[in-house]
Amino acid sequence: MKKTRMVFLAGMAMLAVAASGETLINGAGATFPYPIYSKWFNEYHKLHPDIQINYQSRGSGAGVQQVTAGTVDFGASDYTLTDTQIKEFATKRGSEILAFPTVLGAAVAAYNIPGVTTSLNFTPEALAGIYLGKITKWNDPELVKNNPGVKLPNADIVVIHRAEASGTTFMWTDYLSKVSKEWEMKVGRGASVNWPLGLGGQGSEGVTGQLKQTPNSIGYVELTYVLQNKIPYGKVKNAAGEFVQADLASVTAAAASAAKNMPDDFRVSITNAPGKGAYPISSFTWLLIPSKISDPTKKKALADFLGWMLKDGQTMTTALSYAPLPKEVVAKETKAIAKIN
Amino acid sequence: MGVTKVKLSFRRKAVNAFMLALTGICTVVAVGLLFFILGYLFFKGGRSLNLNFFTQLPVPVGESGGGMANALLGSAKVLLLATCIGVPIGFLAGIYLAEYSGAAYASVIRFVTDLLNGVPSIVVGIFAYAIIVTRVGFSTLAGGVALSVMMIPIALRSTEEFLRSVPVSLREGAMALGATKSRTIATVVVPAAIRGLISGMMLNLARVAGETAPLLFTAFGNQFWSPGWRQPTATLPTMIYEYAKAPYDDWHRQAWAAGFVLLTLVLLVNVTARSIISGGLSHKPR
Amino acid sequence: MATATLPRATRFSGRASILRRAFSGDSLAQALVFLCATGILALTALLVWELWTRSALSRATFGFDFLRTGTWDPVAGNFGALPFIYGTVVTSAVGLFIAIPFGVGAAIFLAELAPPKLSDAMTFLIELLAAVPSVIFGLLGIFVLVPMLMKIVPGLKDALGVLPIFSGPFYGVSLLSAGVVLSVMVAPYIISVSREVLLAVPRDMREAALAVGATRWETTWDIVVPHARRGIMGSIFLALARALGETMAVTMVVGNTPKIAASLLAPGYSIAAVIANEFAEATSDLHISTLVELGLVLFGITIVLNGAARLLILATGRKAG
Repeated sequence: MKKTRMVFLAGMAMLAVAASGETLINGAGATFPYPIYSKWFNEYHKLHPDIQINYQSRGSGAGVQQVTAGTVDFGASDYTLTDTQIKEFATKRGSEILAFPTVLGAAVAAYNIPGVTTSLNFTPEALAGIYLGKITKWNDPELVKNNPGVKLPNADIVVIHRAEASGTTFMWTDYLSKVSKEWEMKVGRGASVNWPLGLGGQGSEGVTGQLKQTPNSIGYVELTYVLQNKIPYGKVKNAAGEFVQADLASVTAAAASAAKNMPDDFRVSITNAPGKGAYPISSFTWLLIPSKISDPTKKKALADFLGWMLKDGQTMTTALSYAPLPKEVVAKETKAIAKIN
Repeated sequence: MGVTKVKLSFRRKAVNAFMLALTGICTVVAVGLLFFILGYLFFKGGRSLNLNFFTQLPVPVGESGGGMANALLGSAKVLLLATCIGVPIGFLAGIYLAEYSGAAYASVIRFVTDLLNGVPSIVVGIFAYAIIVTRVGFSTLAGGVALSVMMIPIALRSTEEFLRSVPVSLREGAMALGATKSRTIATVVVPAAIRGLISGMMLNLARVAGETAPLLFTAFGNQFWSPGWRQPTATLPTMIYEYAKAPYDDWHRQAWAAGFVLLTLVLLVNVTARSIISGGLSHKPR
Repeated sequence: MATATLPRATRFSGRASILRRAFSGDSLAQALVFLCATGILALTALLVWELWTRSALSRATFGFDFLRTGTWDPVAGNFGALPFIYGTVVTSAVGLFIAIPFGVGAAIFLAELAPPKLSDAMTFLIELLAAVPSVIFGLLGIFVLVPMLMKIVPGLKDALGVLPIFSGPFYGVSLLSAGVVLSVMVAPYIISVSREVLLAVPRDMREAALAVGATRWETTWDIVVPHARRGIMGSIFLALARALGETMAVTMVVGNTPKIAASLLAPGYSIAAVIANEFAEATSDLHISTLVELGLVLFGITIVLNGAARLLILATGRKAG
């Protein structure tokens, strides 16, 4: 009896006590950058085995809500917080919420049309029309006109969007609001909108999965997901009138003007960016970190991670098809890390 | 005395045979579904099971070789906590109902417990979020509390049922020899019902082991090991859910493997529990 | 003369010593168990209180219109529960529509027509089906059922497409898919409870019928089943309560679209599914409040159904006893 009791207590001790010196940080948020974040946190953990940064990919909305509620140490979001949300954070948590851009990414129009493997050309009118439910068939004149030589079927377009609050949705609706007055009036921009039609996929992962399984579907999702899953995606006509494919160069071009005029709080939207070669549905994505962190080890770890992310982390982005931050942004951000105290 | 033999019309015999066949088919379909599910999971999941699954942590998207070791431990911890909280409360309350309580209060408790039992599992998750996560954060503790709320009503009902099945004579015998009521319960009544009680606890455990909804925003998730009780943790059912939704084939493979492991464990516990009280509810028209 | 005590009662093995310490004072023991029982009352009260207070904002803002409005627009702050109530009801209805004939048929077979040993064995297996976790049904739903339906539905549409419930495009994820998954999940409950209820019907009723020359089927259908009718209804209510609260399997195959459509082939949403998807990320207090209110609505419906089920099953038991 005594022996079993000892074993029992030893087992409980093992389950109960954290290894001394371990720093555990929890974050939640955007699915858009999840592939690069999971890589980063993994690599960082290999370099610092005593620091575990657990990131759960749930959507930008969850990131904002959870960091404001204080249930996670940091959030992540593909859209910048509104003034109301910033005020709400200050009221609830008594400190400022800082946004740190991490990478540049693109939301692409991906599709699954049997027999079509080439990259289609989408005009802003086409995308708005499809998502408003006004363009219902793949062989609609608006699509055919811009894609000569492609055999578009006479099939209904299955629209896929995000089911939950998402930064990618914000990026997409922000772009559509900029290029379509009708969209702006009827639906508007937001992380979660009243979609005129379509199926809801959960997370970028869910949308990609849904695309793969549904013929004649179209969905918007981060570039990495379509590349990793070999899904065809289209070119979009940018403000300069060119059909541009999303890639590192075009996403970087989209950020060029914003990089020079980056505000101190890093809140900027680069959709429908001017300039040649710019991909119009690009965006920064941000880590949302409270300015006051009570636990000194967590504070040090996060600040250290940010520094690493801005140097070594940036070298890992292109392998996963995210564009690294422009150097002006990196410089400004490195100084901003000091705001965490 | 002449016995007239009633000759059944062909039509009635045919209907009889037909309905026998039809209802038989319904039953075969139902049973067949179980075998289909088991077989499919074995086929898709069993083949994907390898040592990595049981020993490795998840790896970043796109890399291979990852596993669900942390989810297995996480589930074990959450279930252990749920059992340690839910079973004693339900057990002791069941003793109260079976041995001590007056009829009126007992029916109140039974009614309220049934109410608690009827709470949809996602709503239990909301409750656990409201009382634990807002104070401690996403944690094994929150997950354990959520599942314990689901275990309590069943523990209570099964305890009461099995204690009541112990003959009164046993109790009277002990008390006639001078044992106090509590001692009687502890040393005579409970041991007499022990098989039913253990079986009930196992069935209870098997039921909550598969619950996912209450863990979504309580235990949350973790791609590393989760030390202690106050950190978020991966659990087997939530990993299955997350991996099934995603587009990566490697994750699908792991979801099948995890599903197979989960189903096997749940069914094993179920079968064991039922065999402990073999006899159960068999075909005996009264 | 020393008081005779049971030797065994005074010598406790190590394992029972914990139990012994807990029950050493009789009044202490009674207080402890009373506390646990009352604790359950307190716990339930706390749960209901939490749900009530956290849904207060939503109830104040929308009132009863919440249950009648069909728009779910987080951006504009318009929240209406109707799409979710509709989806929950429709998927459960489809589930029952499929499960009831199979379930009652199987229960009849197992209780009345099958040889006892076979009946016991098969019932055992069917009750194991009830133990399969929901997320596993969801897994099979996504990867087995939905592709299967994508092959079958075009044929179905050719035959029945003129009906509004089979109109419109089919994407795989739909109210129908969720309904089919639910039917598999609730059938074991119908079978198990109905079988019990049928077995409880007194023997002499059967024997009387057989004695006057009825076939086994006629005895079953005309005598036994009507007698057990209320209990069978009760099992259906129980199954319905289970179907309404089902979260994972539904959210994985229903399409997660908060819209009301006449067709079963359209994607939809259910109360449990929307809570699961949106609770962790609802960014406004009003949004969170509406989700909690939805939880309250669901809880209320299940209470009523479970209560009705219990009454019905009890009624049959009393009649037979």
